[in-house]
Amino acid sequence: MTTATSEEKVTAGMSLALDDVTLSYTGTPVVRSLSLTALPGEILVLTGPSGCGKSTVLRALAGLLAPDSGHILADGAAVTITSRDRAVVFQDNALLPWRTVRSNIELALALRGQPRSGRRRDAERWIEEVGLAGFADFLPKNLSGGMRQRVQLARGLAGAPRAVMMDEPFGALDTQTRATMQRLLVETWRTHPTTVVFVTHDVDEAVLLGDRVAVLGRAGAPLRTIVDVPRPRDRDALDHPDTRAARAKVLAALGHPSVGPTNTPEN
Amino acid sequence: MTASVTAPGTRASARESVVPAEDATPDPGAVNRTDWPARWRSRAIRITSVIAAVLAWQLLTANGVRLWLRFDTLPTVTEIVAAYSEQLRTDLFYLDLGQSLIRIVSGFGLATVAGVAVGIALGRSRLFADTVGPLAELARPIPAIAIVPVAILLFPSDEAGIVFITFIAAFFPIMVSTRHAVRALPTIWEDSVRTLGGSRWDVLGRVVLPGILPGLFGGLSVGIGVAWICVISAEMISGRLGVGYRTWQAYTIVDYPGVFVGMITIGILGFSTSAAVELLGRRVTRWLPRGENTR
Repeated sequence: MTTATSEEKVTAGMSLALDDVTLSYTGTPVVRSLSLTALPGEILVLTGPSGCGKSTVLRALAGLLAPDSGHILADGAAVTITSRDRAVVFQDNALLPWRTVRSNIELALALRGQPRSGRRRDAERWIEEVGLAGFADFLPKNLSGGMRQRVQLARGLAGAPRAVMMDEPFGALDTQTRATMQRLLVETWRTHPTTVVFVTHDVDEAVLLGDRVAVLGRAGAPLRTIVDVPRPRDRDALDHPDTRAARAKVLAALGHPSVGPTNTPEN
Repeated sequence: MTASVTAPGTRASARESVVPAEDATPDPGAVNRTDWPARWRSRAIRITSVIAAVLAWQLLTANGVRLWLRFDTLPTVTEIVAAYSEQLRTDLFYLDLGQSLIRIVSGFGLATVAGVAVGIALGRSRLFADTVGPLAELARPIPAIAIVPVAILLFPSDEAGIVFITFIAAFFPIMVSTRHAVRALPTIWEDSVRTLGGSRWDVLGRVVLPGILPGLFGGLSVGIGVAWICVISAEMISGRLGVGYRTWQAYTIVDYPGVFVGMITIGILGFSTSAAVELLGRRVTRWLPRGENTR
């Protein structure tokens, strides 16, 4: 479980590690004693039954939620607060509704510390890159769900983060839009390499996007398994026996808590 | 109700082709277009309603009608109009007008700044809410006009006292609406700015202040209304100039048309400042989804 992907040459991404982490909002822990590592530059998918704390893990990695115990490390340094090195793409409605598409992206550039002069040009380039040319002056309320997620993708990546947490970013989209967005994500990620931690409850999406797929247990239960995807992001390989085997492993882990190899210490 | 809700996907615009395989965007320009005859009809009714009221006033007073209510004691419309046009030619009228406006602008302006600041602090800081919150809740039920004696004692000049009364009157609705708006802000906006590298001040300036505007303008509308009530009342009690002072003055010297000139002036001032607040509010909250102006 140490080999990173070989197909992309990645240097920009950071490593993220959860070390024996327990997370809770109020009272009972949602995540108990979880240890998990995202390798630099990989796409690590988190999936699991609903309410298993996938999004909670993501919030903790982003620095939005402090752990009750254990350590969260980004490139070896403890995560205590949010940082523009660790961006988040939320499910929906996370754009500032009073800002236009351009202005939302410019905000990311401004918060990154880019001087005013270059912001507009860079925002324009991002808008182009996510396929929203001509929509720069639109307010979020006048965009479709898919288009809003394009803006979020641009905004998340515009700050040149070294890791991006994605919290079911395509969960609210219809199948066709979702496929388009998955392709866009992969393209954009190839041009702007970072570590991606991607939460989804869609097994097909998990196996399509992830280098590895981690299946979390129900609230408080241990990690069920981590599945290596043999040929990640290769749509032509979806029917390959190895890919199907990986998909079956994820499905099995989701369906039956006891199935599949577990790489967390059993207690 | 207007037919402003366009079902998503039904209004396919030419722009849509730029982004393939996605649902269509409603064309923002085509939304909410009321048909013209209905609009003119309602305008005509409104104007007729006002004219009818003025006409009824004239008939009741000019004929000295006494139906338990003693209309014969009140000035007629023609008398009021004559008095008004006469006053419009005096300097004193504009001096009064200017003085009242200065008072309302300074009192209401200070109340806006203080109300927003205190409201945000109450909404976001536990410590501040615990220390200042109870004081504010205790002071809030006291009508601003009941503070007039204290204001007279406390402030060296009448002027400062009147501005203080106006300030107190507008402060509470603004503060309360700000606090509610701050607490109702979706946390996802703050989360997204923080994960983009924003500081506490960025959150304040880029999320909280713009985000509370819809709620704040509710408070400003209420605030400007009570501010007028209080500035006029305070002027009647302790002013040397101002529309309220002049109106009371007219009453004490038995100049009843003058009283009505004052009342109408107050009405026009209140109406136009409220309209200005309303208009500004609508301008700065254009981003709100149509049809749900409270969020």
